[in-house]
Amino acid sequence: MATPLQTKKAESLAGTPIPGTQPRFARVFNIRRRETLWFYILVAPWIVGFLIFTAGPMLASLYFSFTKYDIVSQPRWVGLQNYTNLLTDKLFWQSLKVTVLYTLLSVPISTMLSLGLAVLLNQRVAGIRIFRTLFYIPTIVSGVALAMIGLWFFNADYGLINSTIKLVTGSNGPHWLDSGQWVLAAMILITLWGIGGTIVIYLAGLQGIPTELYEAAALDGATGYKLFLNVTLPLMTPVIFFTTIIGTINSFQFFTAAQVMTSGGPDYASYFYVLYLYNTAFRDFRMGYASALAWVLFIIVMVLTALAFRSSASYIHYQDGEE
Amino acid sequence: MATTTPYFGTYAERFQRERAARNRMRQGFLIALMTAFVIPFAAPVFWMIATSFKSMDQIAQYPPQFLPNPFILSNYADAFKVVPLWRFFGNTTFYAVVATVLEVFGSSVVAFGFAKFRAPGRNILFLIVISTILIPFPVLMVPQYVLFQRLGWINTYLPLIVPYAFGSAFLIFMFRQFMRGIPNDFIDAARIDGAGVIGIYFRIIIPLSWPSLIAGSIIAFSWYWNNYLGPLMYLNSEDRFTLQQGLAYFIVHRGMSRFDLMMAAAIMATLPLVIIFFVAQRKLIQGIVVTGLK
Repeated sequence: MATPLQTKKAESLAGTPIPGTQPRFARVFNIRRRETLWFYILVAPWIVGFLIFTAGPMLASLYFSFTKYDIVSQPRWVGLQNYTNLLTDKLFWQSLKVTVLYTLLSVPISTMLSLGLAVLLNQRVAGIRIFRTLFYIPTIVSGVALAMIGLWFFNADYGLINSTIKLVTGSNGPHWLDSGQWVLAAMILITLWGIGGTIVIYLAGLQGIPTELYEAAALDGATGYKLFLNVTLPLMTPVIFFTTIIGTINSFQFFTAAQVMTSGGPDYASYFYVLYLYNTAFRDFRMGYASALAWVLFIIVMVLTALAFRSSASYIHYQDGEE
Repeated sequence: MATTTPYFGTYAERFQRERAARNRMRQGFLIALMTAFVIPFAAPVFWMIATSFKSMDQIAQYPPQFLPNPFILSNYADAFKVVPLWRFFGNTTFYAVVATVLEVFGSSVVAFGFAKFRAPGRNILFLIVISTILIPFPVLMVPQYVLFQRLGWINTYLPLIVPYAFGSAFLIFMFRQFMRGIPNDFIDAARIDGAGVIGIYFRIIIPLSWPSLIAGSIIAFSWYWNNYLGPLMYLNSEDRFTLQQGLAYFIVHRGMSRFDLMMAAAIMATLPLVIIFFVAQRKLIQGIVVTGLK
């Protein structure tokens, strides 16, 4: 490869360096081809990994969802039976209800709370770093450790929450984790404890807003909440959009706290979708049915994302020059 | 009536003084507001630490006491007696370190390709990489399990490490953003000196991407350290268990759990990450800020 390149270079140096002629074109073409080749060599690992561990398994899972499969024996084709069974499966509807309710409550609350706290933490105040650290620390705690803290916190007899309620009001608090009514509230509160990660993303977004915009708006007489509504909020919409989508997808995958703290109880009141999926696959070994559950989850998430993206043009404001 | 009015200074001085006072009030108000919000976030951490030094008797007391009395250290030692925590610590460290190194290396190679090479199909491919972030892991749970079961990888760490060693979307995105900021002049200079693509990767890209590589390593490491669902699926003998599975051991039955030991164990399991975050805080922020991850 090196020799023809060199001779061509020598030729053009020696005699006819007319742009666009055959040798020069061939040289550029050659370099381009080499660049393309290297690009594909470098990204090849990802492509291979994607085919083996994501695309392949997803197709396999689609196939399994039309079969009865217990891993020990071969999958047996049953057509749409798994999907039609879902329609009358009480646990499917219950777990879907629990998960959707949890998502509808936790995502908006955590979005608003993180944005509010990020605006607060973006102020110039003495000791701001300490405050930022304190909000961030809970996000380091693992899901299982979080569940342990939750068990202790929401303990009906000795837990900090009910002890405080009793001290303040004199009456007993709810039996959080043993109560069908309150268990989801406990799960949401536990989730909100870990919004430090989202706060950091919002903080980065807030710090990316050019100060000229605030100055210009202030010259026009805008103050306080008007600045927030007309400058901050529109410019934060891409970040809010991003975190809301990721937050929704994550909340549909809520698992650890429910599995460790309540195992889905009491009476399936915290039986989250993925908990049902996990139990179907790895406790009952009904891989076909679990695959149908997985595909329904996948379709729900994809439809929600597509809807969000389709509608996004009307309310998302991108700064000029932003990619 | 009007006698001598006390001297308050010139108008400018008075203006400055008033502004300083307003600023102090604003500061005080903001600090009060932040403190009110930070209490629910910090209280569980404080309560967790306090509980880990309390006796079981004191834990069951009403009204609850905030400070441990007597101050007991034995919960930490006892936690190790109840559950083989050392073994779980060792397993988790091994798994998290190997997985992090491979994932960061794999992702950085792929990111280099996306950042510095033009090729037909690059943008579409990058879009595909990004969109895989949206695929929920539970969708892949069953078929991946079937695959690894056929390969005989159950009860090994391979299913928890290998799929990520080929690069993960999030890190690829993060590293690419950072590497795009490395001036092409450096690469051209190295090329003139005779360096090939591999030489450029090791001598230019890796040394200049340190902040983002460290930030990415911390994010990946803490993810592996805290991963629960993966180990729960694939590891089934106690000598292979990770720390998170070990923690779940403490939860015997609700209502009669040993909260003192649970809190001590949870603190010990979290401490390594807290230390890493504090030590690398500046690098982490630098890596994320320059990456423009917002």
